[in-house]
Amino acid sequence: MSGKPRLTYLNGRGRMESIRWLLAAAGVEFEEIFLETKEQYEKIIKDGSLMFQQVPLVEIDGMKMVQTRAILSYIAGKYNLYGKDLKERALIDMYVEGIIDLMQMILVFPFSPPEAKEKNLDSIKERATNRYFPVFEKVLKQHGQDFLVGNKFSWADVQLIEAILAVEEKVPAVLSGFPKLQAFKIRMSNMPTIKKFLQPGSPRKPPPDEHYVETVRKIFMK
Amino acid sequence: MAGKPKLHYSNARGKMESIRWLLAAAGVEFEEQFIEKKEDLEKLRNDGYLLFQQVPMVEIDGMKMVQTRAIASYIAGKYNLYGKDLKERAWIDMYVEGTKDLMDMIMPLPFQPAETKEKNLALIIERATTRYFPVYEKVLKDHGQDYLVGNKLSWADINLLEAILMVEECKPDILSAFPLLQAFKGRTSNIPTIKKFLQPGSQRKPPMDEKTVAIVKKIYGI
Repeated sequence: MSGKPRLTYLNGRGRMESIRWLLAAAGVEFEEIFLETKEQYEKIIKDGSLMFQQVPLVEIDGMKMVQTRAILSYIAGKYNLYGKDLKERALIDMYVEGIIDLMQMILVFPFSPPEAKEKNLDSIKERATNRYFPVFEKVLKQHGQDFLVGNKFSWADVQLIEAILAVEEKVPAVLSGFPKLQAFKIRMSNMPTIKKFLQPGSPRKPPPDEHYVETVRKIFMK
Repeated sequence: MAGKPKLHYSNARGKMESIRWLLAAAGVEFEEQFIEKKEDLEKLRNDGYLLFQQVPMVEIDGMKMVQTRAIASYIAGKYNLYGKDLKERAWIDMYVEGTKDLMDMIMPLPFQPAETKEKNLALIIERATTRYFPVYEKVLKDHGQDYLVGNKLSWADINLLEAILMVEECKPDILSAFPLLQAFKGRTSNIPTIKKFLQPGSQRKPPMDEKTVAIVKKIYGI
């Protein structure tokens, strides 16, 4: 049996952060390799480790997995965070995809030019408040359960708590119109594995700063 | 029991085409309701049919499914096109995410101004021939089987054929350096359900023309 999953990415959130969240929430310990130079990145491409020459890369169960969603789906399936049947999986997939669309806006935000930043921030706030959060507020209200799907902790819950915290970093009062999401946030934050991940010293990465943006540009852009 | 799946989208390929391919390959008949003007989209939104206010939307098995990947995953799972276990599903997911990334480069082309289009076309050809197609050529070479995963037709094969045909529309001889993909294309195109889908009169949509671009722009206000 292979050891812990091994993650290769930059030392920052980016596309790997959702994977860190999911592994952590599942209580799975993992190792990390951080790309710091273009040469390092070119080396792993040359080694043939990256199927499409891209990271994230997660070495898990004898596979060199790439493509964020493929990795997340595998982890969710393996650790029973993907519902009990095809229909529950469909709901989880729908919720996760919606949240990922919102997270995508946050992902690209640090790379937008200074003059576009205010507009993009407004878009994030608008979409979170009018398109995405109302959906999950309603889901929780309608079934009155603690978790989004099937009365059981799933990938959808992990993705949602990650998104809530990420949006709050940019729009602190974003949950003010969403009492169920406020309660959800507290409940999820107190789940032992998540609580541990939210503490200092965990593998959770801080919000992207100038240094991170520079590193991305240095490594990935020609 | 629910009737045929019903697809809601513009009368165009866009994000719905991969779903049409998958249903057709699985031998599933489906209905389509085309969004022809802004009011059609508004109505779907006002009726509460679109979870995140977006299409594609597919009515299937009592659900109003949204989010392309969620829909495709559900169909693949339901019609046994998703491998036999978690690991096969992981490979299928990785391959599908790759072909999707390639097709996503092609989708916006009709909406781009001339010089951007030319630049992106060159990038598409470069990516197809140096990043994506070599991967699938190698997979087929390494195991010598007819299908990408588990010696059985899966979502990965259907998606790859769709991508090959789409790139060929950009550059007809794109497969010249990939003999196994040429054979794969021939074989897969002759699968009865797929052969039927490739014939005139099927629900397969043609590449975007000027007229459709104008309609889509009007519906989404772009």
